[in-house]
Amino acid sequence: MVVWTEFERSTIQDIFSKINYDVVGPAALSRCLIVYPWTQRYFGGFGNLYNAAAIMENPKVAAHGRVVLKGLELAQKNMDSIKATFADLSKLHSEKLLVDPDNFKLLTDCLAIVVAAELGEDFTAEVHAVFQKFLAVVVASLRKQYY
Amino acid sequence: MVAWTDAERDAVSTLWDQIDVGELGPQALSRLLIVYPWTQRHFGTFGDLSTNAAILGNPRVAQHGKTVMAGLGSAVMNMDDIKKTYAPLSMMHSEKLHVDPDNFRTLGECISICVAAKFGPSVFTPGFQEAWSKFLAVVASALARQYY
Repeated sequence: MVVWTEFERSTIQDIFSKINYDVVGPAALSRCLIVYPWTQRYFGGFGNLYNAAAIMENPKVAAHGRVVLKGLELAQKNMDSIKATFADLSKLHSEKLLVDPDNFKLLTDCLAIVVAAELGEDFTAEVHAVFQKFLAVVVASLRKQYY
Repeated sequence: MVAWTDAERDAVSTLWDQIDVGELGPQALSRLLIVYPWTQRHFGTFGDLSTNAAILGNPRVAQHGKTVMAGLGSAVMNMDDIKKTYAPLSMMHSEKLHVDPDNFRTLGECISICVAAKFGPSVFTPGFQEAWSKFLAVVASALARQYY
């Protein structure tokens, strides 16, 4: 089981209370689709993803970005059992959506960049380290049901 | 050979012009050592790396961060031949320093985070992030090239 210090718990809570979900979720997903264009393969039904501008204005991308961030909020509210909380999501991503689990890391990298850009100086090295640990646990939990 | 669009060249040089290597270099290297602590193994002679505060205040980390960041300058100046430009550095990292090449990607991530935090989303736009990530991926690949 993952061990969280008090500092780590409060830092994660702090990050989620400071970020604007309507900005961060859509921004992270758009950046993933722009910076790592092969990830667009999973969004064939989303309409126009032809260039960066189209992706950034695409309402389905924005809506789905919010959905993904809400999912992360679920992990934040259940930090002591992220693996169990994400078991169903993991099955969904492996068995139904057939997502290559390496992509989870790409999306979380984009999320870290977006949060860093939002928080600026407040995204200190310590906060960065805690956020990466949280994201690593999320990614590991999403990968868990693949085998 | 890597193909760069005009927009990508422009993004990389615009970002590079605004980057203060003395500021972002130390930040990126400190973050690498803090967020991915196993990387400290490569800096055994740097003195006190025992706490985050120690790392953030360590003058050798700061100096080396500046050196590494400044090294990116030669890639910016030679975007059409990064592989050749970095051949001697690649040999040094593989044969003398024995650095696992995955760490180049990880340091690249830390650099991007520092750039994002410093410039915010209106400068570090998705288009700029795409160009910058591609640039860092080419640099990491060039550094890993001489390993075989």
